[in-house]
Amino acid sequence: MAQVAAAEPELRRVIGDGDAVADGEVEGLSEADLLALYRDMVLLRTYDERSVVYHRQGRIGTYAIFWNHEAMQVGAAFALGNDDWIFPSYRESAIGLLRGMPAETILSWWRGHPNGWWNPADYNVASISVPIATHVPHAAGLAWGKKLRGEAACALAFFGDGATSEGAFHEGANFAAVMRAPVILLCNNNGWAISTPLSAQTRTEALVDKAIGYGMPGTRVDGADVLAVYEATREAVERGRAGEGPSFIEAVTYRAAPHATADDPSVYIDLERVEEEKKRECVGRYEAYLRRLGVLSEEAAEEIRAEAADVMRAGIAAAEAETPADIGLVFEHAYVDPPPSLADDLAEVRRILGGSDG
Amino acid sequence: MAELTLVEAVNDCFHTELERDENVMVIGEDVGRAGGVFRATAGLLDRFGSDRCVDTPLAEAGILGSAVGLCMAGWRPVCEMQYDAFSYPALDQLITHVGRYHWRTGGRMTFPLTIRMPYGGGVRAPELHDDSPETYYVHTPGVKVAIPSTPADAKGLLAAAIRDPDPVVIFEPKLHYRSLRGEVPEGDYVVPLGLARLAREGTDLTLVAYGSMVPLCEQAADELAGEASVEVLDIRSLKPLDEDALLTSAGKTGRVVIVQEAPRVAGFGAELAAILAEKAILDLRGPVLRVTGFDVPYPYWQIEDAYMPSVARVVDAARRLLQF
Repeated sequence: MAQVAAAEPELRRVIGDGDAVADGEVEGLSEADLLALYRDMVLLRTYDERSVVYHRQGRIGTYAIFWNHEAMQVGAAFALGNDDWIFPSYRESAIGLLRGMPAETILSWWRGHPNGWWNPADYNVASISVPIATHVPHAAGLAWGKKLRGEAACALAFFGDGATSEGAFHEGANFAAVMRAPVILLCNNNGWAISTPLSAQTRTEALVDKAIGYGMPGTRVDGADVLAVYEATREAVERGRAGEGPSFIEAVTYRAAPHATADDPSVYIDLERVEEEKKRECVGRYEAYLRRLGVLSEEAAEEIRAEAADVMRAGIAAAEAETPADIGLVFEHAYVDPPPSLADDLAEVRRILGGSDG
Repeated sequence: MAELTLVEAVNDCFHTELERDENVMVIGEDVGRAGGVFRATAGLLDRFGSDRCVDTPLAEAGILGSAVGLCMAGWRPVCEMQYDAFSYPALDQLITHVGRYHWRTGGRMTFPLTIRMPYGGGVRAPELHDDSPETYYVHTPGVKVAIPSTPADAKGLLAAAIRDPDPVVIFEPKLHYRSLRGEVPEGDYVVPLGLARLAREGTDLTLVAYGSMVPLCEQAADELAGEASVEVLDIRSLKPLDEDALLTSAGKTGRVVIVQEAPRVAGFGAELAAILAEKAILDLRGPVLRVTGFDVPYPYWQIEDAYMPSVARVVDAARRLLQF
């Protein structure tokens, strides 16, 4: 096996700042692609902002905010084919929207309604992993299993900076490398694991340095630059499809919002820094880039925002119109072929709490 | 029928099941070239190739976690945990994903994986090669558990586990891997989950056990011959559990001693005793007694015999109960 080069320490960027830093471009992306990326980012941004409002209105439960992570989610997903699998953490709860999943499904998940369940094979999007990093071995297994079948599917796992401290991350990354499975390990380094800063998480200079320990290439990108993330992911996909195994991408951004709706970062975060980061947030940066290119008119942007708002209005309306879940669902799907005692338990619950037999 | 040891029966099952279903694959530490540290997977690598009998990195959570992904890709992975206590790193995957993923998809995706491992003490081994961890597994929703005590059941229950649509964990009594021989049906052979086995019929007292404690209970029954007619019920499928067999035997004899190797506190014997208390109390002539391991780490092997349930302890409990 060829020696893997040390990870690139510099942040890769494509989008300039409209001033001293010049804009770059990604080869092979058409204007339509650039607009599709924008549409996806606006959709996720709208999903996220509306969800925080819905939470405050009591219409969804606790919600994990992903504001300023849209670029890495959209850029990575756009580089995948539909046969490639995505393994999201809770920070990427709405990634299914990019694969045609109805907003209603994800809103139901956050509403604690069983309609939030989906079949991963319908979208090639695995279930949301609530525990940290434990889905990384799943991505390794899926990609390995597809490879054994002669299918060229890649598996991309999203996880955070804190996840790199978990044993499951290590075992999954190592498994992927040993099996030469086409896995893309996409580390969302937003600097924080709830209140724990990266400096308390690791002594490594950059998380991407871990890649060489697994014998896989790593690259470090500006995670708020959708084009840089796209390009890095596309390279990783090409490697995977060519049988060269997994890649590690560290996407660096800043968590400019609370960890979740239940979190109050003012007790641990530098709020001035947050305000600075908000000025550089990823959707605005990409929008400015497209304006400089002359690809996006205000009219078109307005239309795209309106479309996204419609998706959310329809999604929450559908989610709220759901019939209440039957209590029988408590006992369904734990097993394909359940032990007989579950039927007795359901009968007893029905006897005491009432409800139909259905 | 062939006369096989228990571990040969496991190996026979693998050869049959991998031949029968091309989606079945075996993954684990040293399962390939070495054929497993107990030779349970011997011959599979040469016969079925390195894609279907895979030596993995030394990573139990990685083995079970990647098995979840393999299921998503349409495989039926059988994961070997090299020893009982080495499986503990995999409990994270078991609890957070293996037992929940089918449910999490609203029943739309299945995870027909099998976990198997040698378990139990009495083999003069170093620390953490002697545990009986079945309670951790059986307590996990979404996961089924079976423990054979005979070579035939070792084959038949493993085949049932491999073919089952749900995740199933099989504990194999390593104490009897080579010491126990028995008739094992050749070719396709399945012992359905959820059925206990009446190892011995009796009328005065029931010894309830599974795995390595079943032969021990049979010896205890021999020793009690002349004093009492002792029934031995081999539970063998902990989940799904054959409650009818348990209640029928308790109803017949009115006296039950539960024998388990695992520590007593909240062990599977406590579950069996609770079921008897809830559903058979009026049939019982005396208390349900337990003969178990203790609430201590499994001891160093020079003194392990004091920890392991013995014929003497089982006979003592039976005699106390026969007073009622």
